[in-house]
Formats: sequence, C-alpha cells, structure tokens
Amino acid sequence: MTALLPSRRAVRDAADTIGVERVRAVRTKQHQRTVVVVVALVSFLLIMFCLALTVGDFPISVQQVWMSLTGRGTRATDFIVHELRLPRAVIGIAVGACFGLSGAIFQSMMRNPLASPDIIGITSGASAAAVIAILMLHLSGYAISAFAFGGALITALLIYLLAWKQGVAGYRLVLVGIGIAAMLGAIIDYLMTRAQIWDAQVALLWLTGSLNGASAAEMRPLLVLMIMTVPLALWAGGALAGLQLGDDAATSVGVRVERSRLFLILIGVALASIATAAAGPIGFVAFVSGPIARRLTNGTGIALVPAALVGAAVVIAADFVGQHLLAVQLPVGILTAAVGAPYLLYLLVRSNRIGHGG
Amino acid sequence: MVLSDAPVTRHTLSAVDLGLGYGDRQIVENLTVDIPTGKVTVIIGANGCGKSTLLRGLARLLTPTGGTVLLDGKAISAIPSKQVAKVMGLLPQTPIAPEGITVADLVGRGRYPHQGWFRQWSADDDRAVAEALTATSTLDLADRPIEEMSGGQRQRVWIAMALAQETDLLLLDEPTTYLDLSHQLEVPDLLTDLNRQRGTTIVIVMHDLNLACRYADHLIAMRDGRISAEGTPNQVITSTSMHEVFGLRAEIITDPVSKTPTIIPIGRHHCAEEEPDVDQISVVSGEWAGETLR
Repeated sequence: MTALLPSRRAVRDAADTIGVERVRAVRTKQHQRTVVVVVALVSFLLIMFCLALTVGDFPISVQQVWMSLTGRGTRATDFIVHELRLPRAVIGIAVGACFGLSGAIFQSMMRNPLASPDIIGITSGASAAAVIAILMLHLSGYAISAFAFGGALITALLIYLLAWKQGVAGYRLVLVGIGIAAMLGAIIDYLMTRAQIWDAQVALLWLTGSLNGASAAEMRPLLVLMIMTVPLALWAGGALAGLQLGDDAATSVGVRVERSRLFLILIGVALASIATAAAGPIGFVAFVSGPIARRLTNGTGIALVPAALVGAAVVIAADFVGQHLLAVQLPVGILTAAVGAPYLLYLLVRSNRIGHGG
Repeated sequence: MVLSDAPVTRHTLSAVDLGLGYGDRQIVENLTVDIPTGKVTVIIGANGCGKSTLLRGLARLLTPTGGTVLLDGKAISAIPSKQVAKVMGLLPQTPIAPEGITVADLVGRGRYPHQGWFRQWSADDDRAVAEALTATSTLDLADRPIEEMSGGQRQRVWIAMALAQETDLLLLDEPTTYLDLSHQLEVPDLLTDLNRQRGTTIVIVMHDLNLACRYADHLIAMRDGRISAEGTPNQVITSTSMHEVFGLRAEIITDPVSKTPTIIPIGRHHCAEEEPDVDQISVVSGEWAGETLR
C-alpha cells in the first residue's frame, strides 16, 4: 500500500520545488522590470546627452561632437563642446544623480517621502552658507561651493542633534528639519534684502539652482567626489532595506540601527551637498526622484540606481527645456520646482486625507 | 506544513539580573530567567507588567540598565548583530511594511543576516523564502503588494519573514493580537510545527491566557517587572496564581480539547452559583440578626 503512495519526503520535496520556482519567478519578474527601467532611463539620458551637446545657437552635428571628443575637432567645436556643452551636460547628469540618490536614501531611511534633503533643510543650509559667502564675504567660484558644502554638513548635524532623543525617529527629524529650513529661509531673505543689487542678483541665480556657470574646471572635482561617495551609498542599500521595516525588525535581522542610520545620513548629506555646491540647490529633484523610481520599478521597495538615473534625467531634461524650448531662458531650478511643487502638494493633500504623515 | 528538518545545533538564551526600562522609568529589575531550549515558552501577565519589555530586552532591542542577556552563555551585546540574527529572530509587535513592496520581497528581507559583502542573493535564499511562504500558506500571494493583504494575511507574511531568517530561536511579540478567532490558532499551530519539526526554541508574548495554556510547554507569568511564577501551564495556572498575577477571580477547568488548564474568569454578574463571601451578607446584629440576606 505504502509503495503506491509517494513518501512524505517526496511530497515535501515536490512542494519545495514548486515553491522555489514560484519565488524565483517573482524575483526574476521584478529583476527584469528593474533592468528594463534602468535601460530605458540610460537610453533617455544618452539621447538627452546627445541633444545637449548638439543643439544650441551654434548647432554641431553628432559626428562633429564625436570628432571633437576624440580629439579631432576644429577650434570652434572644441571650444563649444569641451568648455561649454560637455561640462554643462556632465554636471547636470552628475548633480541630478547625486540629488536623486540622496533623496531616495533619506526617504527610505526615514520611511517618509517628505524627508528629502531639499525639504528638511539640508540644502537650505548649503544655500544660507553660500549666500553669506556671496553677500557678506564677497567670495566667488570654488569658495562659494566650499561654503555650501560646509553649510549643508553643519545644518545636517544640527538637525540630527535636535531630533536626537534615544535615537532619531523619522517624523521628529522631518519636523525639526522643516523648522530649520524655515529659519534658514528667513536668514537668506534678510541677507537678500540688505544686499547690493548686483550681489543679490548673483546670489539669487545661485539660489535658484543653475547650470549656467558649469565649467570644465568644476566638472573634475565633482566627478571625483561622486566616485568616492556613490559606491558607498549603493553599498549601504542593504542596511536601508532593513531600516525600512522599522527599528525593531531592522535590529532583529541584524542591522545596527543607529550606526547604519548615522552612516546613511552622512552619505546622504555628502551627496546632497556635493550637488548643491556644484549647481546650487536645484529644487525638488531629490524629492521627486525616489518616488518616481519606486513607481517605475514597482515592488522592490528601494530603487537606488533607478532613483539616481531619474534624478539625472530630470535635471538634464529640465535644463534642456529651460535653455532651448521656452521663449525665455530659465535656470534649471525653476523648471524642476514647477514639476516638484505640485507633487509636494499632492503628497500633503493625500497624507492629510489618509490621516497620517505620508 | 513543509519545513526542512532540524538544524542540529541548540542555542541557549538566558538573562542574569536583567534590568530594563525606558528613560527614567524602570520596568524590569533584577530578573533572572533561562529560556528552555527546544521548547515553546509563553510569557503572560497583565498590561504593563513588562512582558513585552522583557522580550525586547532578550532580543537586544533594548539596552539593559543592569545585568546581561546571554546567548549561548556569552553576553549578547558582545556578539556582532548579524551573527545574533543568524541564531535569533524576532517578530516585533508593529513592524512597518514599506510602501509598494511585494510579499516575496518583504519575506526576502529576512535573509539579510545570511548575506554579506561577497555573498549576495543565492539559491539558498530562494529556498528559504519558498519554505517560509509555503509554511505560512502565503506562497500564492508572493507577487502581490503587501498593501492588498488582510490583517491575517499580513501577519502570516511577517511570520514568513521571521521564518526565512532560519533561526534556531524565534521570539514573537503578541503575534495573534489582530487576528479573528478563525485565524488565531493558525499562528500558534504554525509555531508548534516549527518547534516540533525543527526543534526551534520559541518565545511568545501572549495576551490570551487560554491560548497560552494550550500552546506553552513552559509558561512564565510576570507581575510588576518580576517573574511571579514559571513552569508548565498546570503548575502555573491556579485560582490563586490568577488572583496574584492578574488580580482576577477565576475558576480553572481542564480544556476538553487539549487537556490543558482553561481559565474561566469570574466577573460581578452572570454567576450561576454566586459566591457566599461576596453576595451573601450575614447580619450579625439588629432586627435581622442571625438571618442571611441573599
């Protein structure tokens, strides 16, 4: 009799195989979707990159750009490609990627879409420091960037200390951050009203976030800093997946919660301040990239690489539109704000309806 | 249930002179306990008696204000967190599900301690996740977003995540609380399977005393941050202990199904045989002296 029936072990093994296949199928489907999204975003970036290098008052064909990039260009195309358009495109992509990554890290870690560095005052810190550098100390160029970098770090430290109460809870950090952002906004406004008109104009352009000043000299330090920070950010993604489950669950799967969180905050701040130092606080890029990437990849919880790519795509596309497609040339920050601000409103209205903070 | 068989190593968990608290509020003091290895232990006690606090302390979610938690005889604070997580898992009372995540991905996060710098997702992880999903009957939900799950399904998914971690010790904080009666037995049944098939040591904080009596090999009753009684349900659950631990008047009968103690609480109303010392008033003096009023 027993010989006719499959053994318990065999039944179990069969069930196991079905289960494993199912799990693998779900994972593969998700993985494929992420790959498709990444490929699509990279293709879009490549197209935008080509457009950014070719389109302008002095149109250059893709072929000429290629000649110039490989060192066979004319003096005119060399100047336009190497000194103007290439730095602008590269800095736009790099800055967007930094903002996107930084925003996704903060939002996932704090489990709150409002917790991006441009909402919780970290980029405001960079802005305030930059405005002080421009208006009070009359600095320019690198010095402004260095000030912005320092300002972001000091602000982040301040927010962290003020929000600390036996650990940093997501909601408290967001509230403290919004308060700090308001204070810094007031400082910036005060300085602007007291400033000479010419200085104020320089400061205002910086505050809007712009790629107008992008130069080859600025490109290299930005890329070096990115190479130092981006791999660390991606590496920390594992702990981030744990932290998303709440502190208790994170600890029980073996994440050292406070240590990982501090590390992630440092990386997130570094990325945001590198980007702000290079191009000013291009508004809402950090804020929208993560949610867009998560919606595109659907179901993976965190999507750091797609978030970086979305950030890059948003900045380079917004800059292209602002430069070429409108009647007047607008700095990139105005366009990103035009897209991002309605999303912020939507988020606030929605979280108000659900009755929790997003 | 489909669970692969026992990991042979047996890990031990105990606490010596443990003190736990939040801020200035001391909740557990000088508590010493040995969790019986390979058994199902249930911690019971009135609200605020420190049972969840003790569990959190044992799971290193709270830093002790005094004493130590010992895992395999070593101070748990001295063992790397990931290494602890390979041996001991915890299902917290209110875990948070990230927005838009699928069931399979969430359960996969239980594999974190088994991954590392060079060891990313592997076939072994697929197997562990599949087993956990099968054991909790959530395999069919694998590709669905967690938002679509009902309370009972969600709880099973969280347990699946804890199972996927494949630990020898599993701690659960009130895992049956939000489940309706038809689903309430599923969770402790599943944990019993796990205990019997793999020899997993299980510690559950539970509110429902009758459920606790039915499923516990070992019962720990707590009051005011101390252990007031521990042992088998038959040893721990008596009318007197009910009064001491919960301030509850109760009669204890034997559960006809499981032959374990069942608590029949006695309230102020609806008592068929009214108890004399409360409901009968003997008149000792005056006009009605010698009479008994009912």
